[in-house]
Amino acid sequence: MIDLQSLTIAKAREALKKGDFTSREITEASLNAIKEKDGEIHAFLEVFADMALGMADEADKKIKQGVDLPLLGIPVALKDNILVKGQKAGAGSKILENYIATYDATVVQKLYEAGAVIIGRTNCDEFAMGSSTENSAYGPTRNPLDTSRVPGGSSGGSAAAVAAGMVLGAYGSDTGGSIRQPAAFTGIVGMKPTYGRVSRSGLIAMASSLDQIGPFAKTVEDAEILYKAVAGQDPLDSTTVAPTAFPDHGQASGHSREKQSGLTIGVPRDFFEGKLDKEVAENFEQAVKKFESLGYKIKDIELPHLKYSLAVYYILMPAEVSSNLARFDGVKYGLHVDGDNSIDDYFKTRGAGFGREVRRRVILGTYVLSSGYYDAYYGQAVAMKDAITTEVRKAFDDVDLILTPTTPTPAFRFGEKSDPLSMYLADIFTVPGNISGTPSISIPSGFSGKLPLGVLLTACHGEEEVLFKAAEQFENAS
Amino acid sequence: MNREEVLKLAKLARIGISDDEAETLSHEFEAILNYVGEIKEAKLKTGKMEKPILRNVMRDDANPHESGIHTEALLDSAPEREGQFLKVKKIL
Repeated sequence: MIDLQSLTIAKAREALKKGDFTSREITEASLNAIKEKDGEIHAFLEVFADMALGMADEADKKIKQGVDLPLLGIPVALKDNILVKGQKAGAGSKILENYIATYDATVVQKLYEAGAVIIGRTNCDEFAMGSSTENSAYGPTRNPLDTSRVPGGSSGGSAAAVAAGMVLGAYGSDTGGSIRQPAAFTGIVGMKPTYGRVSRSGLIAMASSLDQIGPFAKTVEDAEILYKAVAGQDPLDSTTVAPTAFPDHGQASGHSREKQSGLTIGVPRDFFEGKLDKEVAENFEQAVKKFESLGYKIKDIELPHLKYSLAVYYILMPAEVSSNLARFDGVKYGLHVDGDNSIDDYFKTRGAGFGREVRRRVILGTYVLSSGYYDAYYGQAVAMKDAITTEVRKAFDDVDLILTPTTPTPAFRFGEKSDPLSMYLADIFTVPGNISGTPSISIPSGFSGKLPLGVLLTACHGEEEVLFKAAEQFENAS
Repeated sequence: MNREEVLKLAKLARIGISDDEAETLSHEFEAILNYVGEIKEAKLKTGKMEKPILRNVMRDDANPHESGIHTEALLDSAPEREGQFLKVKKIL
């Protein structure tokens, strides 16, 4: 009997190579775990059982031939906004109900090449808009650690699937924290790569200047395996860059990044102080001490523009959403609701097909882009995004990593954040990573009662290696 | 922001919403705009931006795929079609 709850990708790969079990066996274990647990959790919108077993048999053939690939035979899940050719993909929205993807996302092609077994598509807030999965048109996902609470979002299904031991790894998308926040809420590792590291071709777009695909896993090592399997420049996404594209920033502190010794972690206390639950604040101080005991120097830093990140986010994101979602017109694909005439078709289709939060953001985006308000909101937000990015890059002249809590509170209850602004504030510490485009990882840091907490480690653009190494050291010291 | 303004924006965004929803949205937008409005007063200490890493990428106008190989799959996604066309209501 394979216990997916305790098994890691790294261990499973070893066991598959040694022949302790087959990919079919581990895939069946995954399908059984879903059957057993997902009635209550609702992490999956659809399970690709036949396709997964076919992929598992293919993987077993390759393993027998001695082929070695990073994810060969490993069952993983994908958020419902990542396209798998021939399968339904709906971004958790009624407007795309029964839409069948006509091509593979680049990450899916890379997963095929890496030998992964794709188990199914996971639940998410509609078009990735939310922090709890409560905005899914197909009902919310429950947090496996406390089913009266949300798993976070928007990639809550992917997080819950990994945390509940239904799959060994999963992918989500992160526009303002949609990987890292649910990872913290469910006690696992979640990582957003540098903007430009992973192709978004085949990702249903939300806010294109911020969207990035990344992994969920139980361990930092697994997250790194999943990240490396899908990273790389892609001609189909012009924002992806060559691995060497990121310019070195100043290394004033004279450390050795190669040896990961003598590194400095910056802590922007003025950014988060006074915004944390008491237990989150205590847990964070313990995390700081742990890094200190690992030999990291801790330095208080000031990032005066960082506090504007969430405001910038709630201008740029809806603006891009209003533009990106213009394609859903009831003509080319997805839902069509018939109206009196051509334009009434649009009103009826989009009014009925988009859920409340999506309607709210499209209309808000229309406002901030409208003539008369454009300069005050959108123009100023773009300038502020540049100022934040410059400030964060400059901070990395003196420090190697930046540490904050991942979230101000642990997982909240269903319905607790019914006011939109209070829900938006759940992403306050993760949003700066998207605004500045820096790589960022949430790692489990302990518990508040039975609810998991996470800390968020951020590195300079292109420095995923530094990020993973520090995160792994922290994890091993736990 | 009032209900009429929200209804006008919804019309521009081609989304049909009820008067009740417009009323609720107008209050929610007040709160959201009040929060994001803080950046209007923020003093920007703009340093010199580094040269951006991203640049325009143009695909070579070469090696086209065989004509028509994706047509059926794409048209199949449409709610309504007629032969090789998407079907919509008349505009004029």
